Amino acid sequence: MSLTTAHSVVAPSANSKRIAGAIIIAYALISIVPLLWIFATSFKTPPDSIAYPPKIVFQPSIEGYCNLFTTRTRQTPEYINSLGPATGFCDETVRKRNMVIAGPSNFLPRFLNSLIIAFGSTFCAVFLGTLSAYGFSRFKVPLADDLLFFILSTRFMPPIAVAIPIYLMYRELGLSDTALGMILLYTAVNVSLAVWLLKGFIDEIPREYEEAAMIDGYTRLQAFWRTVLPQATTGIAATAIFCLIFAWNEYAFAALLTSGTAQTAPPFIPTIIGEGGQDWPAVAAGTTIFLVPILVFTILLRKQLLRGITFGAVRK
Amino acid sequence: MAEIRVQHLRKAFGDFVAVQDSNFVVEDGEFFVMLGPSGCGKTTTLRMIAGLELPTGGQILLGGEDVTMLRARERDIAFVFQLFALYPHMNVRKNIGFPLLAQGMPSAEIRTRVEETAKLLRIDHLLNKSVSGLAGGDRQRVALGRAIVRRPKCFLMDEPLGTLDTEFRDLMVHELRELHNRIHATTVYVTHDQMEAMSMADKIAVMNHGVIEQFGTPREIYDRPATMFVADFIGSPPMNFLGFGGGLAKGAKEIVVQGAKVAVPEVREDIAPADMALGIRPEHIRFDDTSKLRGAIYGTEYLGTTQIVAVETADGIIKARVPAEIRLNAGDHVGLALNSARLSLFDKGSGRAVRTAVHDTASQGRAQHG
Repeated sequence: MSLTTAHSVVAPSANSKRIAGAIIIAYALISIVPLLWIFATSFKTPPDSIAYPPKIVFQPSIEGYCNLFTTRTRQTPEYINSLGPATGFCDETVRKRNMVIAGPSNFLPRFLNSLIIAFGSTFCAVFLGTLSAYGFSRFKVPLADDLLFFILSTRFMPPIAVAIPIYLMYRELGLSDTALGMILLYTAVNVSLAVWLLKGFIDEIPREYEEAAMIDGYTRLQAFWRTVLPQATTGIAATAIFCLIFAWNEYAFAALLTSGTAQTAPPFIPTIIGEGGQDWPAVAAGTTIFLVPILVFTILLRKQLLRGITFGAVRK
Repeated sequence: MAEIRVQHLRKAFGDFVAVQDSNFVVEDGEFFVMLGPSGCGKTTTLRMIAGLELPTGGQILLGGEDVTMLRARERDIAFVFQLFALYPHMNVRKNIGFPLLAQGMPSAEIRTRVEETAKLLRIDHLLNKSVSGLAGGDRQRVALGRAIVRRPKCFLMDEPLGTLDTEFRDLMVHELRELHNRIHATTVYVTHDQMEAMSMADKIAVMNHGVIEQFGTPREIYDRPATMFVADFIGSPPMNFLGFGGGLAKGAKEIVVQGAKVAVPEVREDIAPADMALGIRPEHIRFDDTSKLRGAIYGTEYLGTTQIVAVETADGIIKARVPAEIRLNAGDHVGLALNSARLSLFDKGSGRAVRTAVHDTASQGRAQHG
C-alpha cells in the first residue's frame, strides 16, 4: 500500500501531453503530404509523374525545372543529330524527348511580377495602415467610430463580388494588366486589415512616450518615428505577413485583370499544363518555387506572426 | 530656471470642467506640490503647463513669457511621467541623452553631459544597461536624469513615485528633495499622497473638483486649513468635526458644543446664524474627566508611540491621538479636553474656515483662490 503521487489539477499529465503530441504530429503529417507530393513531383520525369501506382522511390530529374523555365519545339531526330553537342544538362534532357529549347519561358517575368506586386502592395498597405492607425489611436478624429466601421465594412463583401465593375473600371482607366493597377487593388483590399490590426498594436503603446519626446524637443512626426515606430515593429511585421500572404496567393483578380505583361505567378502556373501535353513536373516545379518566398518570409517573422494571431487573446 | 505664473486657468472637456479658474505663482527654485484626490484637475493643470493640453481659458507665464498656446517642445520644460516613459528600445545612456539629441548637440558634448547627470543621480554604473532590466528606483532615476540633463526652465512631475514600492518611495522622496536642494530647480509635482506632499513641498496647492481649495506652505495647510475639504484631506487620521449651531460675533472666544462650553481662538469676523463645525486635529484632544464634552470609547488602534482612540460622541465618532501608555477599555466614558489654541471653525454650508486669531500670524496674501 502506498499513496498515489500527488498531481496538479492544472498542469497536463505526461499521458495527455503524449496524446496531444501524437495528434499534432498526425495533423502535421496530413498537412505536409500534399506539399511533399508537389515537391517530389517537381523532381520526377513526366512519365514517372503519371505512373500508376504512383512512384514513391524514383530517379530524381530536373526536367520539370528545365521545362518550367524554357519553351521547346519538337524536331525530327535527324535535325537534332545534326546539331552540335548539347550545351548543358537541360539541353541534353530536352533533346532526348526529340525537342530543342526555343527560348526562355514566361515563368521568370511572371514570378518577378508577383514579387513586385505582392511586396509593393504590402508596403503601401502597411505604410498607409500605420499612419491611419496612429491617427485613429492618438487624435480625436471626427466620427472616428463610423470611419473605422466603414474601413472594416470594406471587408464584409468578398472582393470578387465587385470583380466585373473593377474589370470595367480598370479597362477605362488603362489599369488593366499593369503592375500599378494590381498594387492599387491589393493595397485597397489589405489596408482595412492593416488599419485595424495596427490600431490595436499602437493603442497598446502608451502615449507618454511621444509626449515625453515632444516635451524633450521633438516634433510629433519625429516623436512618432523615434518612439512609436520602434515599439510597433512586432505589429508592423505581423501585419506585413498577413498582407503579403493575401497579395501573393491572390488568384481570381489576377486571372481576370492580368493576362500579359503584369500577369502574376498564380494565374500563370496552371497555363503550363496546356503547353505540350500535361507537364505535371513543370507545374510542380513552378508551385515549389512559388512557395519559397512566402515560406522564407514566414519563417523569418514567425514570432511576430504568432503574436499577431494571438493578439488580444491574452491580457498582460 | 524660472517662475511659473498661472492666471485664471480653465480647462473644460465638453461639459466637464476639469480646472476652474486656477491662480497661483510658483517662485523661482520652489518645490511646488499639487495635491488632491484623483480627478481633481491636478494632472490636467500640470499637462497644461507642459503644453500637452491647451487651456480653455487663462494664461500660463513661464519666466515672464506667455507660453499658454506654445507647443510643448517650445517651452523648455522637462516632464517626469508616472510610468517613467523610458524608451524600451534604447539603453540608459541613450534615454538620458535623447533630449540633447533633439537640440542637435555634438555627440561628444552629449556624452559628457549624460555622464555628469548620471553621476549626480548615482546611476553612472548603469549607463550601458538596457532600461527594461532596471529596478523601479533606478528607472525613476533614469527618468529624472532625462529631465535634468537638459537644464530646463522647470520640472513637471506627474505622480513619479506612484508605481514604486512603499520602501523605495520613502527613499526616493528623500532623494528627490535632496536633489532639489542641490540644483534648486523650479518644480511642479503632482500627487495624491499627502505624506509625499508634506515632506517635499515648499508650497502646496490642495485641489478638489477643479478648484484650488488652499495654497500655502505645508504648515499653513495643516494648521490653518482654509476649507473643510482640506482639513479632511490632510492628516491621518483627518481632522475631526463637531457640529454646532448659531452665529458667531467678532471677538467671541467661546462656543457651545453638545451642551459643553469650549474655548476657541478669538473670532475675527461676524457670522450669521448657520450650521457650523468645530475642527479638531486628533493630537489636540486630551482625556480629562472634568470636561463636559463626553463620549464613550469605541475602539483603539495601537501605533507604538501613540494610539488612535475612536470615541463615540453625540455627534458621531471622533478620533484622538493620545500617548500609547494610557489604558483604555471599550465602553469607558471619558471627558474630552480640546487644545483651544489649535481649533478651527468652519461654516458647514460653504465649508469655508472662519477667520480667527489662528490666522493672525498667517501670511494670507499668498492664498489666491477664488
